[in-house]
Amino acid sequence: MATTTISPTRMELMRLKGRLKTATRGHKLLKDKRDELMRQFMDVVKRNRELRTKVEEGLKDANTAISVASSVMSPQMMEQALLNPKQSVELDMTFNNVMSVKVPVYQFHTKADDPSDICPYGFVQTSGELDDALSALGDVFKDMLELAQVEKTMQLMADEIEKTRRRVNALEHVMIPDLQKNIRYISMKLEENDLSTKIRLMKVKEMVLKDAHNFK
Amino acid sequence: MYKIAVIGGEDTVTGFKALGLDTYPSATVNEAAFALRELAAGGEHAIIYIEEDFAAELSAEIAKYDDTVTPAIILIPGRSGPLGIAQSALQNSVIRAIGTDI
Repeated sequence: MATTTISPTRMELMRLKGRLKTATRGHKLLKDKRDELMRQFMDVVKRNRELRTKVEEGLKDANTAISVASSVMSPQMMEQALLNPKQSVELDMTFNNVMSVKVPVYQFHTKADDPSDICPYGFVQTSGELDDALSALGDVFKDMLELAQVEKTMQLMADEIEKTRRRVNALEHVMIPDLQKNIRYISMKLEENDLSTKIRLMKVKEMVLKDAHNFK
Repeated sequence: MYKIAVIGGEDTVTGFKALGLDTYPSATVNEAAFALRELAAGGEHAIIYIEEDFAAELSAEIAKYDDTVTPAIILIPGRSGPLGIAQSALQNSVIRAIGTDI
């Protein structure tokens, strides 16, 4: 135990008391942070669940549409049609600060002016199914982007919550009890010293008196 | 300025190519793993969508990027429909954060 290494001095006692104060305050703050993070985390999880279901549904539909499109068109035609994408997507990433967790916020830009203009082919040789498939996919993509943001936010928050939780526990169950124990040890030791000094003084006084007055 | 990448089977990624995303069609898990490593190390892509079929075998690789801001690796269902891996990953991070499932 730490008690063996500390020296029972007033100086040390003061230092430990200071540390205990800081630790208690830190514990309270971290606990608040954890609770708030948890609360927000719950919202993010809920949103994530919704989006995940939506994206999975959407992609299923889009995939079906693509299957249909590829069944009415020859694979070569399909490949040729999609060979040179007209559109290109770029992503801007800014950060949002949620309880000191930096979470990304994505904003995407399309290179072409009209974001819905995603068909990189002429309409003569391709089927209308392909257009439908691509527009379905384009719709899902917006949700996918939000899903990416929400999911990353969730992961980062989960990490931060885990860390905060550990810190709170370490403070609550290790650091604060240890400090309290040490403080108690020092104050008891000091009291004991006081007492022994007092007793010694009384004894000495007795002896001195005895000598002086030849008292007996 | 970041880009978005999609890793998946040939037929899964074709559609995304038209949307203007960078696609990395992979036939095998090894190819997907290679693409993933390349992309994650490159740092140009902020979001990497990867098909669940591959993600199942690359979960250790993907977990490495859980706590980093970029890239965000997001699982998407492949042709065969959702496999539930993404859902269970979500559940895992909830358990990790809160200590219990909700």
